[in-house]
Amino acid sequence: MSGISRRRFLAASVAGCAATTLAGSKKALAAGSFSGYPDGMGVLVDLTRCIGCRSCEAACNKEQNLPAPEKPFDDKSVFDETFHGGKQKRRPDENAYTVVNRYDVESQSKPLYRKVQCNHCAEPACLSSCFVNAYTKTPEGAVVYNSKVCVGCRNCMIACPFNIPGYSYSSAFDPVVKKCIMCYDTRLKNGLPPACVEICPQEALTFGKRKDLIKIGHQRIQTHPGRYVNHLYGEKELGGTHWMYLSSVPFEEVGFDPNPGNEPIINNVKDFLSTVPMVLAIWPAMFTGFHLLAKKQEGHGDHEHDVEEHHDEEGGAQ
Amino acid sequence: MSAKQILTTLMTALAFVMAVTMAQAFENVPDQVSIGAMTQYFDGVEFDHEMHTELGEDCSVCHHHATGTGTTDDRCVRCHADSDEVAEVGCSACHAVDTFSAEHINREAADVYQFHIDTPGLKAAYHWNCIGCHEQMDGPTGCQDCHARTPEGDAFYHADAQASAAGKGGH
Repeated sequence: MSGISRRRFLAASVAGCAATTLAGSKKALAAGSFSGYPDGMGVLVDLTRCIGCRSCEAACNKEQNLPAPEKPFDDKSVFDETFHGGKQKRRPDENAYTVVNRYDVESQSKPLYRKVQCNHCAEPACLSSCFVNAYTKTPEGAVVYNSKVCVGCRNCMIACPFNIPGYSYSSAFDPVVKKCIMCYDTRLKNGLPPACVEICPQEALTFGKRKDLIKIGHQRIQTHPGRYVNHLYGEKELGGTHWMYLSSVPFEEVGFDPNPGNEPIINNVKDFLSTVPMVLAIWPAMFTGFHLLAKKQEGHGDHEHDVEEHHDEEGGAQ
Repeated sequence: MSAKQILTTLMTALAFVMAVTMAQAFENVPDQVSIGAMTQYFDGVEFDHEMHTELGEDCSVCHHHATGTGTTDDRCVRCHADSDEVAEVGCSACHAVDTFSAEHINREAADVYQFHIDTPGLKAAYHWNCIGCHEQMDGPTGCQDCHARTPEGDAFYHADAQASAAGKGGH
């Protein structure tokens, strides 16, 4: 009798343990969502204002002490450069954290220019993918990284939905990831706008709190009928970005992914990742339970004590 | 970068200080306006105000509702159809030099009833007005058509011979 009750007790314990852990993990999942830093700073990029002067590229180069460019920053021939069979325009890399590309769109006589740099996601995929925690989303809004702990795995380059992080392939011994940090170290944390924003002659880049830029963006769309497509890119995309865009043509015509979804990249794996602690917590208890149950079944009935002694002897013999 | 350099960069990059030459009486318009200088990378602009007024355009094209005939812009006349002339018609009276400084951003945010939450800074106000009009009227639109680049500006754009040689040598 006592053996049966003990077995029931064990089974009940395992079930109870699993139920508790499952319930716990659901709570953890709910608490894991992050609403971002609305008071964090960002930049509203207005493509209709940019004249393609590339001063932002020059300012970035100077501020971040990047190597001298192959062509001067007032050379407009870079706009004709394409890669991968003409499909790919210039992209930021280890030597340039921002680039401006020209788009000749059919619907208007003047070309549009699009500045490319890190969009400083509210919930950055690069940060989620980094297993050494090199990345930080600062309350000021910037996504920064500590290259001293970067091991060069390049997970972030694959994770980034905007293909932003560059990699110092040219460094033989200490290659690390390199990208725009919104001038966090030298400017943002001191209350100054990024160097690119400050140099822009056209205020194509508007610096401000993300929550204010959202208001300004929608106001511009409203007060200039016909000038913009009714979409503030980055307000909702991928959980929201701190760099947002206004355009006079649909965003796919100027190189944007028109529908990246509104969920942060982390949400694709959050459900899976939340089961990892559950597995770690439950499996030892569960398999210990199975093990004990299996042993108990061997000694079913009134010979419990004899069997246990017998097992001990077996163990000793081995 | 030292604090002094940061300060210098900030001051000079934003130093689009406009000095309206008010030698004449208040009601007289200036013939010449010195649009300060972005002394770091570009020289200042001696704006021929007289020539531009002689183009026959309405004052409001540049000065909005601040002076002259008043604005006719559909967006503005709702409130400013009968607005009085303002005491200070210089651009910098409304368009801030330090538009993205923390101080300016916080000051704007504190003014919760402000309607004009998106007023461009001084530098943008000039460039929009000048380039926008010049594009329509076939005026000059290139950077150096209006202000000459300084040697420091050449270095900034890596457009000086030395810098571009170094750049080519590096690759």
